[in-house]
Amino acid sequence: MTTEVVDMITVVIDGFEVTVPKGTLVIRAAEQLGIQIPRFCDHPLLDPVGACRQCLVDIEINGRAFPKPQASCTIPVETGMIVKTQLTSTVAEKAQRGVMELLLVNHPLDCPVCDKGGECPLQNQAMSTGQGSTRFEGVKRVFEKPINISSQVLLDRERCVLCARCTRFSEQIASDPFITLNERGALQQVGIYENKPFESYFSGNTVQICPVGALTGAAYRFRARPFDLVSTPSACEHCASGCDMRTDVRRGKTLRRLAGDDASVNEEWNCDKGRWAFKYVTAVDRLKTPMVRNASGVLEEASWPEALAVAAAGLKAAKSAVLVGGRATYEDAYGYSKFARVALATNDIDFRSRISSDEEREFLAARVVGSSTTYRDIDKADQVLLVGFEPEEESPIVFLRINKQFRKRALKVVSIGSKESIGVEKLKAEFVKVAPGQEASAIAAQSLTSKSVILVGERAAESTGVLSAVAALADATGAKIAWIPRRAGERGALEAGAIGNLLPGGRPVTDAAARVDIAAFWNTDSLPSEIGRNTSQIIEAVHSGKIGALVVGGVDPLDGDNSSATLAALDKAFVVSLEIAPSAVTERADVVLPVAAVTEKSGSFLNWEGRPRAFDAAVSDSLNRSDLRILSMIAEEMGSSLNLGTVTAAIKEIASIGKWDGARVSLNKVNASSQPALTAEQALITSWRRLLDLGTLQQGEENLAGTARRTVAVISPKRAQALGVVDGDQLKISTTQGSVTLSALVENIHDDAVWAPRNSRGSQLLVNLGVAHGAVVTVVKA
Amino acid sequence: MTKLAPVLSAHWDEKDSFTLEGYKRHGGYTASAKALTMDPDAIIQLVKDSGLRGRGGAGFPTGMKWGFIPQGDNKDHYLVVNADESEPGTCKDTPLLMANPHVLIEGCIIACHAIRAKHAFIYIRGEVTHVVRRVNQAIADAYAAGILGNGIDVVLHIGAGAYICGEETALLDSLEGFRGQPRLRPPFPAIAGLYARPTVVNNVESIASVPAIVNNGAEWYQSMGTEKSKGTTLYSLSGHVVNPGQFEAPLGITLREILDLAGGVRPGHKLKFWTPGGSSTPLFTDAHLDVPLDYEGVAAAGSMLGTKALQIFDETTCVVRAVLRWTEFYKHESCGKCTPCREGTWWLVQILRDLEAGKGTEADLAKLLDLCDNIMGRSFCALGDGATSPITSSIKYFREEYIAHLTQGGCPFDPVASTLFAGAGA
Amino acid sequence: MAFSEEDFQIMDSIIKRYPRSRSAIMPLLHYVQSKAGYVTNEGIEVIAKVLQLEAAEVTAVSTFYTQYKPTPVGEYHVGVCTNTLCAVMGGDAIFDSLKDHLGIGNDEVTADGKVSLEHIECNAACDYAPVVMANWEFYDNQTVESAKELVDSMRAGNPKPPTRGPNKLVTWKEASAVLAGINDGLAHEGVQAGEPTLLGLKLSKEGK
Repeated sequence: MTTEVVDMITVVIDGFEVTVPKGTLVIRAAEQLGIQIPRFCDHPLLDPVGACRQCLVDIEINGRAFPKPQASCTIPVETGMIVKTQLTSTVAEKAQRGVMELLLVNHPLDCPVCDKGGECPLQNQAMSTGQGSTRFEGVKRVFEKPINISSQVLLDRERCVLCARCTRFSEQIASDPFITLNERGALQQVGIYENKPFESYFSGNTVQICPVGALTGAAYRFRARPFDLVSTPSACEHCASGCDMRTDVRRGKTLRRLAGDDASVNEEWNCDKGRWAFKYVTAVDRLKTPMVRNASGVLEEASWPEALAVAAAGLKAAKSAVLVGGRATYEDAYGYSKFARVALATNDIDFRSRISSDEEREFLAARVVGSSTTYRDIDKADQVLLVGFEPEEESPIVFLRINKQFRKRALKVVSIGSKESIGVEKLKAEFVKVAPGQEASAIAAQSLTSKSVILVGERAAESTGVLSAVAALADATGAKIAWIPRRAGERGALEAGAIGNLLPGGRPVTDAAARVDIAAFWNTDSLPSEIGRNTSQIIEAVHSGKIGALVVGGVDPLDGDNSSATLAALDKAFVVSLEIAPSAVTERADVVLPVAAVTEKSGSFLNWEGRPRAFDAAVSDSLNRSDLRILSMIAEEMGSSLNLGTVTAAIKEIASIGKWDGARVSLNKVNASSQPALTAEQALITSWRRLLDLGTLQQGEENLAGTARRTVAVISPKRAQALGVVDGDQLKISTTQGSVTLSALVENIHDDAVWAPRNSRGSQLLVNLGVAHGAVVTVVKA
Repeated sequence: MTKLAPVLSAHWDEKDSFTLEGYKRHGGYTASAKALTMDPDAIIQLVKDSGLRGRGGAGFPTGMKWGFIPQGDNKDHYLVVNADESEPGTCKDTPLLMANPHVLIEGCIIACHAIRAKHAFIYIRGEVTHVVRRVNQAIADAYAAGILGNGIDVVLHIGAGAYICGEETALLDSLEGFRGQPRLRPPFPAIAGLYARPTVVNNVESIASVPAIVNNGAEWYQSMGTEKSKGTTLYSLSGHVVNPGQFEAPLGITLREILDLAGGVRPGHKLKFWTPGGSSTPLFTDAHLDVPLDYEGVAAAGSMLGTKALQIFDETTCVVRAVLRWTEFYKHESCGKCTPCREGTWWLVQILRDLEAGKGTEADLAKLLDLCDNIMGRSFCALGDGATSPITSSIKYFREEYIAHLTQGGCPFDPVASTLFAGAGA
Repeated sequence: MAFSEEDFQIMDSIIKRYPRSRSAIMPLLHYVQSKAGYVTNEGIEVIAKVLQLEAAEVTAVSTFYTQYKPTPVGEYHVGVCTNTLCAVMGGDAIFDSLKDHLGIGNDEVTADGKVSLEHIECNAACDYAPVVMANWEFYDNQTVESAKELVDSMRAGNPKPPTRGPNKLVTWKEASAVLAGINDGLAHEGVQAGEPTLLGLKLSKEGK
């Protein structure tokens, strides 16, 4: 381990010495002393600009005074520097007071009707460093009151102090320069190009960093006063990036969520889905009481003891398996994992309610579980290779982190895929274009070093041989691997052993020592030693009669590639469903047990790094119980004991088990399949889920949905020419299962491929076509 | 009596002075030919020795500026000529480029050679179509004659109406295709200028002065001017004078001398106030007629030599009206980046409008001065500072006139009396 | 209007003047004005496309500079200098009389589309005050009467020539092409200098 040597510099601020690293700005050095210099344009994660002039201080260096006050947000400390802020310099104090008075000249002072009132840096600093009243008696600049710059963000230009935080964020952090400063002088204003709204996946950050009430979110506008809100630190449940969050609740209802500050993960940012998709908890008809299917086949309300008894009896009566979705918390996933082994005596459990493979399961056990690639590795990487992964769509904070290094030091990014994405374009990545299904050979051709990082998405499992090739490339080059699933719970579920080949802590089920280890912790005689069935094998086993009962938690049957078989299996088996709301699973279940939504319980997720992201219940008056507690109750009813009555108990148990230090599962090389022959009208489908789409956690967010990217079908120029299609023409993509007809977009995509969003309005491929990647489809002009 | 010394303007009276042929007739492009055989450092030394200082307003020694460019850094270097002449009253570079664009091109070649640049950009303001034509044609002719294109390229970049682009870092942002707002310094252009490469930004007149220095030597140039302000320069006389125009003279000439040459203030009137170097330089009055118009002399008298734009106003001019109009100019041209300039000029205009209309009290003068104090030295760049100059200097010299507006409830001046066509039946 | 293949070739040659393409945004905006008369949305989108920028970034630049017009101007765009010196010496009177005479206000166009009016800032011709510009050509030493005659001549379709400029006043679109850096071959026309420019030289030759 090497430590970086940092030169330290000592300066005097208001008579106090402070020692800070070389390069530290005066304004930050002052913060170290607890001296708050007022500021607007300054933001620690944006390049210094020195525009608002609010942070003027007096500075002298080695006895030589600057002739005029200096902006402390732009000047790095120097040896021999003496700084006098507003606290000790009358010049600085008057300069700041003067600037504040000028800032308010054109400000409407409409604090009583402004969302920012009560948490407004302008309001606060006008009180702390301004003067009580203005001498301005003239005419203020007027603009049309708030204008929508997207369906989600409103702009009130009269309130704007032109600090340019929002425009600088959009350019420097998100690489989405859709909002800019326009016009000049006192008429300068933030604006969009009139035909292109501010539809950035990261637009909400501009609302959060706006130091006045100029940018507001439609969802929160006029909804609350900040002092009426109760804030709870939370973690984002929408993806595996692992954003630190703050959830603001008034009278039991979540009113907004903000990005939290975690320098090692999301810095101070998040994506719009994480910020604005939270109504799903209340938008759906929540399940409140248990239900049991009666003799005539109808679900009816039941008491908890009754429902638990029916569930236990049903599960005891047949060979059972567990299907748990990727959104479970780490602790709940651990509960499912233990429940399967202890109560059901089976390894038939799989958290991957999506397209998956046994190659993936081996890869996860061999390379991912217990691994520790982090954001910091991206910061230090000499190159990032993206495989089956679109960071902007599938893990937006990973995108911001790569983008930061790209902008800072031109980090080289290579993306292997079939269609060049907007995010890949923004990163100026080298796009290695392959036919869907043929990624493996391109991976093998990459040259990486031990400082490189391979970011592998969950879609890598959709082509055979890809994960084998990734492992081989890492072995040959020493590059680090990071597996970045879409869902927040998948890494935790993997570590918890909610999968057929692993017990908690990455212990292989096939390893006798590992089983003894866990059996001791769980106080049970023995554990099943056969590798369990995967999701599709479980479904098949239901159909073949080998499995008769299922415990299903948080699974959407439409997320897999064989949804009709899944639905039929749910019809056939005895199903115990743990859910927050009615779904295709509860419709078919024999026992339905309502559970708490993520805001209603404590727990944690492990983000893609494996880093715990703990959270408390933000809403305290929910009567709903966590999955963990309900599983414990079923187990009791079945005569076995999980001893997991509380989340705290689970956390303690997980910690005591620890990580496996024995031999890992070895990875059998899987060869890529060859490309099928195509006729002129055929193509290979490829797709991914967009960040903003029809995902169930985005229900009820119309404003957010309005900023989603357009649904299109993408084909190459060559195919467009062959079909006689131009942008905007209708294209029909079909399989034997069905078809979608979408507006065509001619872009950079492999000639053999056609792309459409996987789960967007008008394009739900798994439902409409039954395929999502690598399969042959027919593409014709509609 | 200081004698005029036309160097830049020496051949402007020849009808084809702007053509390559006309330029060559008087030794055009012999200096660049000579310079290209010289060691670049020797040219920098020559310019340093000549004492040439920046003619765009700040008066920074030109040779020293060139010397700041890092050598042997294996980076592209750039020369950028600031031809964005927009400071009110300033009208020297425009006639120079109209009458003799080749001298600028020759200066560019010499300067590029000295600073090891292969590329020069001439950033000319966009509101002078015919000057653009002349410069563009001169560049084309220089390429056709093989003067350009053999290792040194000159590109004409045309502005689009923004005074702030005369500020060198705003000019660079504008030239890079952004809004012309000033950049944070450091880094200075000499280290990271155009495209973040070492860059020299010089005024037209500064660069145009170089060929004569190369041909005639540093001593010749040094022999003109005053102790620290060497050489000749263009003084632009305008306003209420009998014969306005360009007067090229050694630095240090006085307004009294120039006015004598120009036939004096228009008949029947007397000098009231004037700017020594454009509207951003504090006003002078008839008490300053004998101030030597060099960098030190004007500074010692409380103003700045600036662009040597001598705008003459006689006693028919209302100083409040004049200052208001300048302030409106600064408000219009404020780039909007920083608070003091953007909001300050917005406010200053409103106070001055009231004062001109005779509304307000003497306390408003104190407020005006305090506002200037909150803008001066608090703005991001010198535009905000410049906006306060006419206000503070006019109140210093003409406080009574401001008060007269208030006591009379309006402007005591007849605007017709100050027009050029007053008495001509207008 | 749609931009032709030739327009795209010219835009490409403009971009090639610079080491980095974004620098071409200003001449391209002038070029759009030479084709469309003002900065149209189509023009913004075309520039964004050829420079690989967001349209918002082009808008940000076009709205910063006063010569880029968001709405159509006249075939002859008349600017009256009303900065202090010209204003005092007659610019204000000229501007007021032209507004009356044309029946339009600042930044407005006559109904026939011939003449638009704007009060402008100092145009670097103070020794020729009061100054009027038309399509950014110099009309020196103007009076109320001469300025009225000038705009009348424009409306009659036969504009008086500039004082220091080509023999014939070019149109707004033609001037915009010059400002895009396109050589119209008229550089040799017109005087090399007016009398005030030469005053010091003349006096020097007289021994002053």
